[in-house]
Amino acid sequence: MGTYDVLIIGGGITGGAIARELSRYQLKIALIEKEEELAFGVSKSNSGIIHPGTQNPPDSLKGRLCVQGNQLTRELAKELGVDFKAVGELIVIFKEEEMAELLRIKKEAEALRVPRLKIVDRAWLDKNEPNLSKKAVAALYAPTAGIISPYRMVYDLSENALKNGVEIFHLRKVIKINVMSSEKTFEVVTSKEAFRSRFVINAAGLFADEISKMVGVDDFVIKPRKGEEFLLDKKREHITNHLLFPLPSPISKGILVIKTSDGNPMIGPTAEDIEDKADLATSDEGLKKVLEGAVKLVPTISDNDIIAYFAGLRPVAGDDFIIRHEDKIPGFINVAGIQSPGLTAAPAIALMVRDLLKKSGLKLNKKLIFHPHRRRTTHLFALPFSRTKKLIQKDPAFGEIICRCEMVSAKEVRDAIGRGATTLDGIKFRTRAQAGRCHGGFCTTRIMKIMAEELKIPLTEITKRGRGSEIIKEERHG
Amino acid sequence: MKKKITCIDCPQGCQLEVDVENGYVVGLSGNKCPKGEVYAKQEIENPMRILASTVLTRALNIKMVPVRTSRPIPKSKLFEAIEEIKKIRLSRPVHVGDVIAPNFLGLGVDLISTRDAI
Amino acid sequence: MDKRDLVVVGAGPAGMAAAISAFESGVKDILLLERDQYLGGILNQCIHPGFGLHYFKEDLTGPEYADRFMKKIQTLPEIEISLRSFAVNLTKGKVLIYLKPGEMRQVKAKALIMATGCRERTREMVHIPGTRPAGIYSAGLAQKMINLEGLLPGKEIVIVGSGDIGLIMARRFTLEGAKVKAVIEIQKETSGLIRNVVQCLEDFDIPLYFRHKISKLYGKDRVEKVEVTAVDTGSRFELTCDTVLISVGLIPENELIEMAGVKIAGEVNKTSLPGLFVCGNSYKVYDLVDWVTRDSAKAGEAAAEYLRDLK
Repeated sequence: MGTYDVLIIGGGITGGAIARELSRYQLKIALIEKEEELAFGVSKSNSGIIHPGTQNPPDSLKGRLCVQGNQLTRELAKELGVDFKAVGELIVIFKEEEMAELLRIKKEAEALRVPRLKIVDRAWLDKNEPNLSKKAVAALYAPTAGIISPYRMVYDLSENALKNGVEIFHLRKVIKINVMSSEKTFEVVTSKEAFRSRFVINAAGLFADEISKMVGVDDFVIKPRKGEEFLLDKKREHITNHLLFPLPSPISKGILVIKTSDGNPMIGPTAEDIEDKADLATSDEGLKKVLEGAVKLVPTISDNDIIAYFAGLRPVAGDDFIIRHEDKIPGFINVAGIQSPGLTAAPAIALMVRDLLKKSGLKLNKKLIFHPHRRRTTHLFALPFSRTKKLIQKDPAFGEIICRCEMVSAKEVRDAIGRGATTLDGIKFRTRAQAGRCHGGFCTTRIMKIMAEELKIPLTEITKRGRGSEIIKEERHG
Repeated sequence: MKKKITCIDCPQGCQLEVDVENGYVVGLSGNKCPKGEVYAKQEIENPMRILASTVLTRALNIKMVPVRTSRPIPKSKLFEAIEEIKKIRLSRPVHVGDVIAPNFLGLGVDLISTRDAI
Repeated sequence: MDKRDLVVVGAGPAGMAAAISAFESGVKDILLLERDQYLGGILNQCIHPGFGLHYFKEDLTGPEYADRFMKKIQTLPEIEISLRSFAVNLTKGKVLIYLKPGEMRQVKAKALIMATGCRERTREMVHIPGTRPAGIYSAGLAQKMINLEGLLPGKEIVIVGSGDIGLIMARRFTLEGAKVKAVIEIQKETSGLIRNVVQCLEDFDIPLYFRHKISKLYGKDRVEKVEVTAVDTGSRFELTCDTVLISVGLIPENELIEMAGVKIAGEVNKTSLPGLFVCGNSYKVYDLVDWVTRDSAKAGEAAAEYLRDLK
């Protein structure tokens, strides 16, 4: 296999953004991910908000990288063909006494150069956010907030990185790291093979502390903070026009009412510090808390609107990101504690990591040929019918509908598999099939048959998200 | 021995209390009509069921052909019947009502197709 | 653009009965759209008997019941069948867009009968706390997997909901070699037929717990166990299992009508748009297909009357 210049541990939004950025240079790069597919860790549960940069201390990495990332993400989205919508955010207050706090937040954000912030009054809210509770007295409006699909961003970043020469390996769990200082190389031993690399970037999300400990740097701990989220029916897509925030708490931005890139509004998340890094259970208490918070902002939301729910874990390592070259272990860069606003900051984090690598002696020579663009994936449901007809004439498989709720064609499912999906969840994240109203009741068997054909595996080997999550126990066949 | 069963002859669903001795009905209460007696006797002494399942096909237009017994068979034979059905591979076209396995399990009923498969 | 007197969307029992009835009432230009590769709709996977007791005075399986109507339709050239045809858009002007492999078609109908059936309520719509592993299926999906695809989705099953679909699947799983550990019902009695309780649960000694619910679902990648709680007393117990079947109700599938801004009116089959009718489970959830046939035939008659009045 040879020695890599850079090995990135972790295939989420952070690892993906770093891989893509570094793929501009003449480097031998590998990205390793322990799950069956990329984005199956922390990134999977991301709410998809591109934050403007409010609610971060001015001297924090979070603040600086978020503001920079907000701009970079827009450009990246254009290059990679990812949908980005600038919907704007409102931090809402319900009492005049809270204005002081709102102004403080505004001032702090302005110190970070968050653009075009303004305080809006009741009249503005009536006009621009009619379903917001009439008890709201004012809000801080940050127009540069946006929404994006977090997992599609990871897949599109990594696809582009792949196109530009990055090697990506799934199902590689890091077991041990041997620091071979005399050779200025690391030997990263995984569940499959060992990788040798001059530089290692630890972007391992929830497990970044455990990876860091393997090289003897143990001055931080990742504590999972659970957030339960609840998705509402797409019929309520226009219940809000902006992302709605309450005033923040010490540990979280609060229970939000937001829009998502796929159209469903989402309410949540909760914020609960837990011990178990594998605990993704939702709870009745979580639902209750989220509904209470959501109804405060938009009184017409009820639990009848809820069509799906999930929990995610924020990888918390103290108050700020930990992005540093470990001088005691030259060549090892920690990128840890990437919780909110990690998705927004990701492209800026990638630039910071690039600079850290340069400072530590990695020569960065730009490639002569770099392909920055990725052709936008065609989603049948997003097209006007005039375009649909031409598409189907060109490729009949577009006319074969697999998922009736989200109008996903067989062609899109096959393309998703061609682009790396090997699981039902991977297909769901890339195409939306199984994410609609019937939650797979109609399409599951159809998708499974396509997967069996394309991946050349028996139906009994098809999984929801990797080994252990097989859908079928037995098949009757001759 | 007393056994409690639900009569399913009509939507009333009378809860019957049956006195059973040596597998025969010797006493009955709880029925609102004489149909309950008939039902109880059949259910206790010789329960019968229509079995519906599917048969694997070979080179036909559908993978599984739904089948059923042409008449009820003894309840005690259900699992044996299922095992026999699992062994069948149907490769000739069938129409609704065609016999797939005559005198199934020697019980004097046929296993018939309930769907066209060509 | 294609122009038709009558377009029927859906060739399950409702659509077939409506199309046949419209023909018998004088409509001679009928386009019958079906998204699957065969007629019959949901009846194709309902391989158990209990259908037609009223309509045919016979005890038929689902496919046999469907076959009676399929055979009739196949003798009527006035009913054009279009398979693998997926309706994606409907306008107030009764223009329907549908997709077939290789084509997108538009048809303007003088009258339309929507017979698009229903979908199941899924786990996501009822909040069952816990994780989201593989192994959670709606009863109808499991029925499709077993009966149409020859796939066994699980070996140790807990069923949520004692409606007929859940009961039928309890028997089906048992006959296919799985162990059904319990049926959990939150109400104090079942909404299903007593016949099914006897022949699907009692026959196989499957316990039915009334006034119970699943209070937590465990499993990292696949279902491992559930916690069951008695809603009146709070007492709880656990059941290990690898599959949870959700059978908690059906929802009429009306997206196309909603797209056109049309509402279902009070009377059977009627909507707020004259000439647009709804029948079968997409109108309301029926408990017996015999009544679907009865009412859908009326929709066919109503469509015929509407077309007569137009002339």
